[in-house]
Parts: sequence; structure tokens; C-alpha cells
Amino acid sequence: MKHSAFFWFVLPSAVAMLLFIFFPIISVVVQSLHSAHEQVIIEVENCGPFGCTTATAIDQSATAALREDQPLGRFAGLEIYKDRNHLAVEQVGQIWSDSTGIGNFIDRLMNLPFYKAMGFTLTFTFVVTPLTIVLGFIVAVAVNSAAKAIRGPLIFFSLLPMMVTPLIGSLILFWMVDARGILGTALRWLADDPGLSVKADTGLMWIMLMVYGVWHSAPFAFIVYYAGLQTVNTDTLEAARIDGASRWQQIRHVVIPHLLPLTTFIALMQLMDNFRVFEPIVSFNASAHATSLSWAIYNDLGGETQQLSSAAATSVLTIIGVAILLSPVLIRTWRDYGKAA
Amino acid sequence: MASQAQKRPAALQVILIAILVIWMIAAAFPFFWTLWGSFKVEGDFFSLADWTNVLTGEMTTRETGDAFTTEGYSGAWVQEEFWKAAWNSTLVCLFVVTISLTLGTLGGYALARSTYRYAFWFLLIALIFRAMPPITLVSGYLPVFFQWNIWGHLPTAIIVLVAINQPFTLWMLHSFFKNIPQDLDESAMVDGCTRFQAFRHVIIPVMWPGIITTGLFSFLLAYNDFAVTAMILDKENQTMVPKIASFLGTTQTKGNVMFAVAAVVSTTAPLFLLIMVFQRQIVSGLTAGAVKG
Repeated sequence: MKHSAFFWFVLPSAVAMLLFIFFPIISVVVQSLHSAHEQVIIEVENCGPFGCTTATAIDQSATAALREDQPLGRFAGLEIYKDRNHLAVEQVGQIWSDSTGIGNFIDRLMNLPFYKAMGFTLTFTFVVTPLTIVLGFIVAVAVNSAAKAIRGPLIFFSLLPMMVTPLIGSLILFWMVDARGILGTALRWLADDPGLSVKADTGLMWIMLMVYGVWHSAPFAFIVYYAGLQTVNTDTLEAARIDGASRWQQIRHVVIPHLLPLTTFIALMQLMDNFRVFEPIVSFNASAHATSLSWAIYNDLGGETQQLSSAAATSVLTIIGVAILLSPVLIRTWRDYGKAA
Repeated sequence: MASQAQKRPAALQVILIAILVIWMIAAAFPFFWTLWGSFKVEGDFFSLADWTNVLTGEMTTRETGDAFTTEGYSGAWVQEEFWKAAWNSTLVCLFVVTISLTLGTLGGYALARSTYRYAFWFLLIALIFRAMPPITLVSGYLPVFFQWNIWGHLPTAIIVLVAINQPFTLWMLHSFFKNIPQDLDESAMVDGCTRFQAFRHVIIPVMWPGIITTGLFSFLLAYNDFAVTAMILDKENQTMVPKIASFLGTTQTKGNVMFAVAAVVSTTAPLFLLIMVFQRQIVSGLTAGAVKG
């Protein structure tokens, strides 16, 4: 394809991405380096019959003028990144110096908002991703063994948890595990504890959020594996059988190697999607027990006073996190391409 | 595979069936339970006294005189004006899908046909954009949108969603176009077509399966979005998902969580139909990137 033809074909979507993805990233980075102007304080001298007193007051017009003049705010450098709501450099140093052990250090670290969000996001990502892959594989094998006639409906129902809006899917589960809902009642009966409530317990809440995560993404792994199972080479399987391979050996040496590249693909997609975990925390009203990086941004933006700079700093840190997660893939793609060229 | 199925030992067969039954219950039961519960009053759907109330509808009968009630639906759709949100969602989805596909087909086609290195870089950058959580971009939008006074309007949200959809759309269509033989448009160009004429008369007629699948996923992305629409649309223009989230804030205190339940069921119903009709395309779309490596 000629350069000019390529250029005109790609132009519209390139412009869209440039304007609404690339520029916003720049804008987020710039914003995270600035913080809102403080109000301009002036000293006013009040003179009365008993002498003069000086009082401080806010100069509204000067503040407004300043904000108009420099809408980004004052340049703050890395100040926002270092404050208590983000990397909390000072606090971490202090905790490090006077904590009694590594457990105590982590405990106290988790009280800082950014590390709390980071802790949950990473735990969620690295617990949910492998469980999703395992469950998806098991379901795919089971569906593949079912009679052809019922596979259609089986696939239809299996798709539901993934296709339904995440906010809605998690709400549906949340209403069921509510202390007054059917699962909540079942849990209380199982644990034999009438006071048991998922909403009130941090550990249970984490488990519930991860159960939702697996429920939501297992269908994706299932579909990919199921499609993979359709393309397993039957000749190879038959050859293995003739050579006396047991059922397990067939799976181990023929099916699993065939599915391995798919696993990389699923793991990559799941890492990206789980890292942005957000909706279930809103639905489960779980912010007291678990927060995530995306939730922290949402919270900064949605509050009474929009803390744009704080949200921007968390955004930049999140993007860096995504880049780190993605780097092995990017490096590999780049190398493969280099070989091919 | 059939001969293998016959040889399967009984114990294994039982385990496989057990897995299927448990998974089916886990995947489908919550939806049917919520659908059933949406026709009850709050006292039944959330019953501390006796969970079987929701089956018998005891409180519902006491409060409304019948075991089923549509109070939740009328409350959500009429009183809380959920119809407005449904209309907004329809508009957003319609425009996002149309615009995404128009831009995506052009770009995806060019990316599939270009053999130069920059096409690869373009796709790699799109992959990075695809990996970023959309909410990280929102704090970049807000100050600009406020300044230009375009915050809160549907067209703004549509353009933003189109842009956020682009990386995904490009990747998917790129892999579909790769499967259309290159000889097809090249022979048209040998016969004197320009690149665009070849695209218009030769490629467009054969690309519809790919377009439908990609369109489905663009639709889902727009329909399901919460992070961006919640931040960019004002109360008047809210789509369904942020509207449901706002029910949670207001109605839980009013004791009318059933509005939210009814709204949730109303929002899920179109998705059910969509999956039923387009199951084959959805499955092929999900596996398009994977099976080909």
C-alpha cells in the first residue's frame, strides 16, 4: 500500500486517538505536576476607637484573577506524587524506621490510601487471573464432553456473566450476598453465625470481590479454550492413543501443549482487565474495605471538590503500572517483529 | 472425538456432569433470581425473617394484594425517569457503533494491507492505548471540557467513547481484513481501480461478517461503560449504567432499592436478546485474536 493511501485511510482514526487519548495523557501528566492555586490572603487593618488590629482575609477578586490567569494552577513539581495520598514518601520512611517487623510495616503501609489501593489491585489481578484460567479450562473441557445438541444453550448461559455490564453483574451478586439476600442467608446458616455479614468484614469482602472477578472473566477463558479444543489435531490424539497413552497422558502431552499459546493470550487480556478493577467496588459499596487505583481516581474526580491534580497523579502512576505489566509482551512482540523483518 | 466419548469411564462422566451443573447454576441462576425478585417488594427480595418469602411473595401479597407487583418497574421507568436514560443509551450506542465502524474499517483495512514498519508501530501504540484504564484519561478531559463548555452533553460522550473504542476496533478489523485475500483488491487495482475504489467495490461487499462482530463489541463497550459516562455526562443526559449507580445513592436511603433492581433487569434484558441472536458472532469475535496467534 502506498504511503499516501495509507495516510488518508488511517487519518480519521489516528486523529480521534491523537485528540482523545494521546493529548489527554499529556494533559494528565502536566496536570499532575501542578496544584490548585491557594487563595490569595491579604492583610486588612481595622482601625477602631481602641487602636488598630490587623486581620487576614481572602482577596476573592485576586484569587479569581490568578486562577483565570493560570488555569493549570501553580507548578508543584513532584510534590503531589510525594504527598500522603500518593507515594507518601515521608510517611513510608517514618513507618520503615519505627516499624517492629516486616508484617507490622506492611500492616501500616496498607493504611496509606495509595498503598491500600495498590495492594488490593495487585492482589486482585494476581489471584483472579490464574483462577480464571483454571476455571475456564475446566468448564471448556466439561462443555466439550457434552452432547452436541446441548452445547449451544450451555455456551449461551456461560457467556452471560461476561457480557452483562460489570456494574450490573456485581450488583446482582451483591444483592444476593446481602445479609438479607439468599446467599447471605445461606452463608450465615453454613457458618452458623447469625451476625455474619459480608459488608462488615474486610476479609470476606475481598473474597467476594475476587469471586465476582472470577465469575465475570471465566467465560472469556472458557470460550477461548473451547475454540482451541475444537482445533486439537485428532490424528495426533489417535496416534497417542494407539501408542498406549492414557487419558491423562493424552491431555498432558497433546491437548495442553496445543492450548499453551492461548493461555498466554488469555493471561495478557486478563492482566489488563483485572488491573482496572473498579465497578465491583462501587457496586459492593466496598470502599471501606478495599479500594483500587481506578476507584481512587474516580473518587478524586467525583467528590464535592474535584481534585483534578490528585486524580491526575494517580492516573500517571496507574499508567506506569500498566506499562510495567505489559512490558514483557511489548518486548517480545518487538523482538519477534525484529526477527521477521 | 465420538469414539473417545463412548470409552469415557463412568466416574469421569459423573464429575464432568457435576462441573457442568454447578457452572450453569453459578452462571445463570443469579440472573433468573433477580428477574423473579424484581416483581416483589423489598420486604420479600431482601427478607431477614425467612428467605422463602421471595418465592411465596408473602409481603408482596400483604402490601399489594397480589404475589407479583410491577411497582419497581413503574417507579424506575416513570417516577425516576429511567426512560430518559434508556433513550440516551440508545443514542449513544447508535452513534458510537456507526462512527467507530466507519473510522475503524478505513484504518483497519489500511493496517492490514500496508507492509511497512510504521503500520506495525501504529498497531503497537494502539495496543498500549487499549491497555490503559479509560478512567485515567478522564482527568485530562475535564478541565478542557469545562473550559470549552462541552461537558455534560451526549455528543461529547459519544466522541470520547469512539476514541476509546478505536484501538480495540482497529485490532479486530485489522485481523478480519488480513483474512480477506489480498489478490482480491489487487486484481481490482490492476483493472484500473484506485485504492479507494477497490476498497469500496471489492472489499466492502465481503467484509460484513467482520463488521457485524466488531460492531457488536463496540456496542457492548458503549452500552456497558460506566467510568467515562459517569464522569462526563450531567444528570440530565445520563445513560442507563450511571443512572443505576445514582439510584444506589438516592434510593437506598429512601428504602426503594427495588427501583434499582427493576432498572438492572431492564438493562440486562436487551443484552440477553443480543447474545441469543448473535451468539455465533460473539464467540468468533472473542476467539478471533486468539486462535490465529
